[in-house]
Amino acid sequence: MAQEAAPGLFGRLRVGLGRARDGLFSRIQAVVGGRRALDAETIEELEGVLLGADMGAAETERLIGVLREAAATERLAPEEVPERLRELVAGDLRGAARPLRRAASGPTVVMMVGVNGSGKTTTAAKLAHLLRSEGATTLLAAADTFRAAAAEQLGVWAGRAGVDLVRHTAGGDPSAVIFDAVTAAQARGLDSVICDTAGRLHNKANLMAELQKMVRVAGRACPGAPHEVLLVLDASTGQNGLVQACVFTEAVRVTGLVLTKLDTTARGGIVLAVHRALALPILYVGVGEGLADLRPFDADAFATAVLGADGA
Amino acid sequence: MWQRLRGKGRLTPEDVDQALREVRLALLEADVHFKVVRDFVARVRERAVGEEVMKSLTPAQQVVKIVHEEMQALMGATGARLQMSPHPPTVILLCGLQGAGKTTFAAKLAGWLQRQGRRPLLCAADLQRPAAVEQLQVNGRQVGVPVVAPEPGQHPQDVAADAVARARSLPADVVIVDTAGRSQADIELMTELRTVRDRIHPHEVLLVLDAMAGQDALGVARGFAEGVGVDGVVLTRLDSDARGGAALSVRAIIDRPIKFVGSGERLDAIEPFHPERMASRILGMGDVLGLIERAESALDREKTAALQERIGRHGLTLEDFLEQMQALRRMGPLDQLLSMIPGLGGKALRGAGAPQPDERELGHIEAIIRSMTPEERRRPEIIKDSRRRRIARGSGTSVQDVNRLLRQFEEVRKLMRGLAQGRLPAGMPGMQLAGGTMRRNRQQAGRRKRR
Ligand SMILES: Nc1nc2c(ncn2[C@@H]2O[C@H](COP(=O)(O)OP(=O)(O)OP(=O)(O)O)[C@@H](O)[C@H]2O)c(=O)[nH]1
Ligand SMILES: Nc1nc2c(ncn2[C@@H]2O[C@H](COP(=O)(O)OP(=O)(O)OP(=O)(O)O)[C@@H](O)[C@H]2O)c(=O)[nH]1
Ligand SMILES: [Mg+2]
Ligand SMILES: [Mg+2]
Repeated sequence: MAQEAAPGLFGRLRVGLGRARDGLFSRIQAVVGGRRALDAETIEELEGVLLGADMGAAETERLIGVLREAAATERLAPEEVPERLRELVAGDLRGAARPLRRAASGPTVVMMVGVNGSGKTTTAAKLAHLLRSEGATTLLAAADTFRAAAAEQLGVWAGRAGVDLVRHTAGGDPSAVIFDAVTAAQARGLDSVICDTAGRLHNKANLMAELQKMVRVAGRACPGAPHEVLLVLDASTGQNGLVQACVFTEAVRVTGLVLTKLDTTARGGIVLAVHRALALPILYVGVGEGLADLRPFDADAFATAVLGADGA
Repeated sequence: MWQRLRGKGRLTPEDVDQALREVRLALLEADVHFKVVRDFVARVRERAVGEEVMKSLTPAQQVVKIVHEEMQALMGATGARLQMSPHPPTVILLCGLQGAGKTTFAAKLAGWLQRQGRRPLLCAADLQRPAAVEQLQVNGRQVGVPVVAPEPGQHPQDVAADAVARARSLPADVVIVDTAGRSQADIELMTELRTVRDRIHPHEVLLVLDAMAGQDALGVARGFAEGVGVDGVVLTRLDSDARGGAALSVRAIIDRPIKFVGSGERLDAIEPFHPERMASRILGMGDVLGLIERAESALDREKTAALQERIGRHGLTLEDFLEQMQALRRMGPLDQLLSMIPGLGGKALRGAGAPQPDERELGHIEAIIRSMTPEERRRPEIIKDSRRRRIARGSGTSVQDVNRLLRQFEEVRKLMRGLAQGRLPAGMPGMQLAGGTMRRNRQQAGRRKRR
C-alpha cells in the first residue's frame, strides 16, 4: 500500500544525497580526468572518498589495491576509475540483500537488537507496518522494559501502524514479554511477532547475557524462534560498528542487518567491512523517521550513495 | 608495534615516517576524520624532522612525545565549565542527531546541577519523537527535577519560552531544553531549532554527540555550529569500547570545548571532560608507547627490552603481568597508568569516564598472583579446580575472583599475541582486566537487574 506509493527505491535517500553530498564522484572525475594513471593525487582523493564514508583504513587500502592492479593489468583508463570503484563496492555487496525469512509454520518471530539509540524501536514499527501492508497479521512486543517510556514509544507506533502491542510494566523481565507475545501470537494464529529490545552496548557482559536469555526464551515459546535476529546499525557509526557486529553475532547469532538513518549525511560505509567479515545479509535500510521509511537493501543504490556519486 | 617504533640510532626522516604511519592508522581506526588526520600527521612531521632528540629519549620516543603534545593541544584545555548567567535563569539548549543521547543527558545534567546546589528545570521541546515527552518526564521524576511539558497545539519554541517563564516564577536558576533529534542537513528542522534559540536566547547551546560516531561527526559539528551556533559539546556513550576519535574531529573543526561526557545509561553517569584521558584513548597505540616511555624510567632499560622481547616471543605470563604491576605502582597515579596498558587502556572500557580501579583491588590481584607457584604463573592453563581453591585460600579471595582474573588474563594474553603479530582489530571487546572490572562485576552481581 503505502509501500508501493513511496517514491522509487531509495527515492528519499537520493534526495538526501543531492542535498548534502554534492558530487564527490565528480570530484574524483575532475582529478582523474586528463591523467595517465592512478597517480598520488588521484589515490589521495580516492582514499578521502572511501575513508570519509567510514569504510575504514583496511577496506580502503584493499579497494585501492584492486584499482591499482586493474590500472596496471587492464590499462584501466583514468576516467573509468569512479565507475570501477562503484562496481567493486556494489559487487562486494550484491549477495548481501535478502528478504525477511519466514517461519515454515506458526508465527515468524523477529528480534531487533543493537546498541543504544540506533533505531531499533522505530525500525520495529516500520517493519510491522511493512508486514501488515503485505497482509501479514503482526504483533509488536515491547521487550525494552528498561529505558524510560520505551513501551509508550512503541505503543504510539503500534497505534499508527494499526497492530497490537504486548507490553508489561516498566522494569519487568524482558524475556517474559517475549514469551507472552510469542505464545499470544501462536494462540491467535498471527503471522509475525516483532520484538523490540532495549539498547545495549556490546561490551556490557551482563546486558549481552540478558539478551541471550531473551533469545532462548523465544525459542522455548516457539521452536525455531527467533527466525530473525536483526542487528540495527546506525549509519553514522564509525569503525566500532564492526566490533558491534562481531560481538552481537557471537552472542545471539545475528541473522541480518538493518542500516538506519541513511537519509542523513552519514554514509554507513562500515557495513562493507561488516558484510565481508561476517557475511551477514543486509535486509533493510532506514531512510527517515516515518513508518514508510524502510527499504529493502539494494547493493547498487547503496554503492552509488556510499561513494557520494552524484546524479544517482 | 613497539619494536617497529622504538628504532635504534638517530632520528631519520624514515624513522619519523614509519612512526607516523602507525599513528595515522591508529587515528583512522579511532574514527578521527581523515582530513584532520592528514593535517595532524603533517604538522607532527614538520615539527619532528629537524627537532633535536632529547638526551633521555630514543628518537621514536621523541616523535611520540610530539604526537602526545599535539594531541593534547588539539583536545583543548581541562575544565571547560558551563557559562552560568549572572541573571538567572541560565538557559541551556541541547541539540544533536537522532538518538545521540540528548534526552538522557538533559536529565543527567539536571541531576548533576542539583547536586551542585542549583535548582534546575527541564523542558520537553521534542514534539517529534513518539513519547519523547514521557521519556523526559520519567527521567525528570527519577532525578527529582520538574519537567515543563507542551500544551496541545504548542510549537517547540512556545514550550521553551514557557519553561523560561516558569523558571522565573518557581524560581529555578537553570533551564535545560531537550529538543528533537535532527540532521544538520535538514533545512526545515534546522530552521525550527533557530526559532527556538531566538525565542529563549540560550546561554549555552550544547551539541550532543555519540562517541561511536564516524567520519560524519565533522560535518555534523560544522552544520550545527553554522546552523545554530554551538558553545560546547557533550560526548555520550564513552562507556562503549569505541576510541572516540570523533571528539578530535569536532575539536579540529569548531574549536569549542567538550564539556561533559556520558558514561552509561544510568542518570548519574555524567562526568566532566578530561582532555588528556581522551587523547590517550583516541591514540590507543599511544598508550603502549606512553607506557614504555614511563616504564623506562622506573624499570631499567634492559629489563623493559627483555620483557618486550619475552612477550613478543612467548606471550604474556602472569609473572610478566605481576612484574609490570609492581613497576606501575612505583610510577604514579594508578588510573592514568592503568589506562596505558594495552587491554586495560583506551581500547577497553577504561579511558575518560569509566570507573577507575583502586589500590585495594590491585592488591587483590597481586595477592592472587603471589599465591601461585612460579609454574602456575608461567602456565596458568594448569590451574584447575583444586589449585584454584588453594590460590583463593592463600590470597584471601574467592574462587570467583581467581576465575575472573584467569579469564581476563587469558583475554589480555590473546590480545598481546595479536599485537605482537600486528593483526589486532582495534577496539576488540572484552580485554579489560584488573581492579576496575572486578569491582564492576561485583557491583553488577549485587545489582543483578540492570545497569
Ligand atoms: N533520520 C532518521 N532517523 C531515524 C531513523 N531510524 C530511527 N531514527 C530516529 O533515531 C532516534 C532513535 O530511534 P529509536 O528507534 O528510538 O532507537 P532505539 O534503538 O530503539 O533506541 P534505544 O531503545 O534507546 O536504544 C529517533 O529519533 C528516531 O526517530 C532513520 O532511518 N532515519
Ligand atoms: N551506554 C550509554 N547509553 C546512553 C548514554 N547516553 C544515552 N544513552 C542511551 O542512548 C539511547 C538514546 O538516548 P536518548 O536520550 O533517547 O537520545 P536522544 O538524542 O534524546 O534521541 P532522540 O530524541 O530520538 O533524537 C537510550 O537508550 C539511552 O539510554 C551513555 O552515555 N551511555
Ligand atoms: Mg528503543
Ligand atoms: Mg530525545
